Amino acid sequence: MNRDVAESKASSTTLDARASELLSRGRKDLAITRIKEIVIYVALIACGFFSLLITVSIIGVLLTETLRFFRFDEVTLSNFLGSAEWTPLLGETKSFGIWGLISGTLLVTGIAMAFALPLGLVTAIYLSEYAPRKVRDLLKPILEVLAGIPTVVYGFFALMTITPFLQWLHGGFNVYNAMSAGLAVGILCFPTVCSLAEDALQSVPKSLRDGALGLGGTRFDATIKVILPAALSGIISAFLLAVARAIGETMIVALAAGSRPQATIDPRDEIQTMTGFMVQMAGGDVSNFGTEYFSMYAVAFTLFLITLSLTMLGNVVRRRYRETYE
Amino acid sequence: MSEATPPDDRMELQEDPGQQDQRQQRRLRGSDGRMLLDQYFRVACIGIAGISVVILAFLLGSIIYQGVPSLSWTLLSGTPEPEPSEAGAWPAIAGTIWVCTICALITLPIGIGTAVLIEEFKPRNRLANRIFSAIQLNISNLAGVPSVVYGILGLTAFVSMFGLFGSLKGGESSLEIGAVYYDQFTNLASDPFLSMGAENARERYFLAPVASPSDPPTVATSGMEMFEYQGDQKVPVKISVFDPFGDLPSDPEELSLAIAADTIPGRISEKSWYYFSLPFGRGVLAGSLTLMLVILPVIIISSQEALRSVPSSLRDGARGLGATPWQVVWNITLPAAAPGILTGSILAMSRAIGETAPILIIAGIVYIRNAPQHLMDSYTVLPLQIYNWTSRPQEEFHAIAAAGIVVLLVILLSFNAIAVILRQRMQNKVR
Repeated sequence: MNRDVAESKASSTTLDARASELLSRGRKDLAITRIKEIVIYVALIACGFFSLLITVSIIGVLLTETLRFFRFDEVTLSNFLGSAEWTPLLGETKSFGIWGLISGTLLVTGIAMAFALPLGLVTAIYLSEYAPRKVRDLLKPILEVLAGIPTVVYGFFALMTITPFLQWLHGGFNVYNAMSAGLAVGILCFPTVCSLAEDALQSVPKSLRDGALGLGGTRFDATIKVILPAALSGIISAFLLAVARAIGETMIVALAAGSRPQATIDPRDEIQTMTGFMVQMAGGDVSNFGTEYFSMYAVAFTLFLITLSLTMLGNVVRRRYRETYE
Repeated sequence: MSEATPPDDRMELQEDPGQQDQRQQRRLRGSDGRMLLDQYFRVACIGIAGISVVILAFLLGSIIYQGVPSLSWTLLSGTPEPEPSEAGAWPAIAGTIWVCTICALITLPIGIGTAVLIEEFKPRNRLANRIFSAIQLNISNLAGVPSVVYGILGLTAFVSMFGLFGSLKGGESSLEIGAVYYDQFTNLASDPFLSMGAENARERYFLAPVASPSDPPTVATSGMEMFEYQGDQKVPVKISVFDPFGDLPSDPEELSLAIAADTIPGRISEKSWYYFSLPFGRGVLAGSLTLMLVILPVIIISSQEALRSVPSSLRDGARGLGATPWQVVWNITLPAAAPGILTGSILAMSRAIGETAPILIIAGIVYIRNAPQHLMDSYTVLPLQIYNWTSRPQEEFHAIAAAGIVVLLVILLSFNAIAVILRQRMQNKVR
């Protein structure tokens, strides 16, 4: 009897020891898990703040270098904002009138949008409202492939195919001209407009569509009178994003639009855009730290402000629209 | 109802007045006109949607027509010689592989991490919520920044590093690892003006190690030990110094070891594969980091969509079993979202491969003969090489540019195909 008690006591103590050992091991594991959890969370937060850091550094870099540009004696703010003469590379008569570049950008963007917006919207309407499933399955990958082609390829296409074609149509076209670059940028923006507009059309509730058709409207009536107005803000946002993309497009205009900044509305003539100027500066002698080098930052800052405001406007418009239907 | 046929005009002559009345009434209601409009619009839609097919066919057709005749093994393996028939794109292809691999290694963890943070660790208090929505807004704005602006940022932040480590102008960096500097001496025979009496000696180059790149030029003395390349091996040799206008040794072997007393050495450097310097300069690493800026928003947005499409019942189940937030993400959400994340990443990488403008800004147009050897080595990428060839005036280079485009498009289309296949696999799985 006594022996039994002793034995059981002994076994219970070993049991206790084992239990507490297990417990402590569990506690240790738990502590390790907790530390791991915290470390990972901190790392993720660092990732999240990294994107904020990018924005801050873009603004910081562009702002400081632009200020340095304006500190040069030959540069005045009134000249920069008030003149359309952009001749930073002329030795004696340098003039930094940003409108000379902005007008080129606007001309190319205008041509591109005149091509991409109507075509993109109509294709989006077709894909969303009319197309049978088979056609959709064929067209969507084609649009994706078009969207995935690098811009330098479009630049080559503009210079080697569109420009000779335009020159064949009409003798007045320069080798480098705004029309060719604008059309190529339009082709580039077309898939963007199309897929964003289609998203907007698709997210109009089916009940609206059914209601319009049920009242005896044709598909065209339903599209024009009901679905388009309902998706309008989404479509406007798609347009704004496409415009921002066209303004920031670089390689096409660098190859096909030429390098003579001038305020013209003649699409046959050579122009230079903001992005084209930056490429010209960087492709040339960048170790030259003169005024013209820093003018690149001023142009970049202008470009950044324009595209950022367009993108933000587009996002705001789209968000407002989303709130209506969710 | 949209299948209604347009009214047949020939019928009108044989119609009796009653039918005509009916028709007129229908016209008054506008039903015919609306039907017709619908039909016309449908046809116009098909025509306009067909334009995209025509454009793609025309684009690919014209490039293939111009490029395929110039496709050759030389193009894939050669260096970009100034002679069009010998020009190749191997350094550019190697540069693309280097830059995009490093870019993927850096961008994927950061991008997916950000997406996980926003989607899976949604905070509960108001301040943190506001910060999170600021990050979200910021990402969608970053996606709209033109890539050329990222190039400008990369030029300042990575290439010259805000000028913190000395200027780029001198080509010197203040902090380097893995570089050995030498002063290179030429022997008497290699100087055409001094080689009188040394014609039968061969030209040789000798290297004298330098401790630091800022040291003054080495002064050669007789009996000094220098190195010479014999094949790939560095062999120590003893050189001797002579007055070039005095008596020269008659033995050709001894003469070939002779250096003129007034020889000024050239400073050269040898860089190992782990060479690292600050600032990064116009090297591979700066290019990769700049491309990271361009595709980071793309990867974040597509990863977010992939994470969002994971059913929340999976998460709730794991949480109910006592998993910690990270255990849920690592064991449940990420594996479920992996195909979607992978698809988005592949598409983002194909964008990085085709991106030209930022690389053009930070690397400039340089003549590169070799594949990059280390992270700071100068490089060029395939789209930049295509740009370079396209912007030359000679017709022959345009054909080579088209051939380069064919190579680039084959790479990109195979990336796209992989992404499409993955997406279909994923859709089948979910079903």
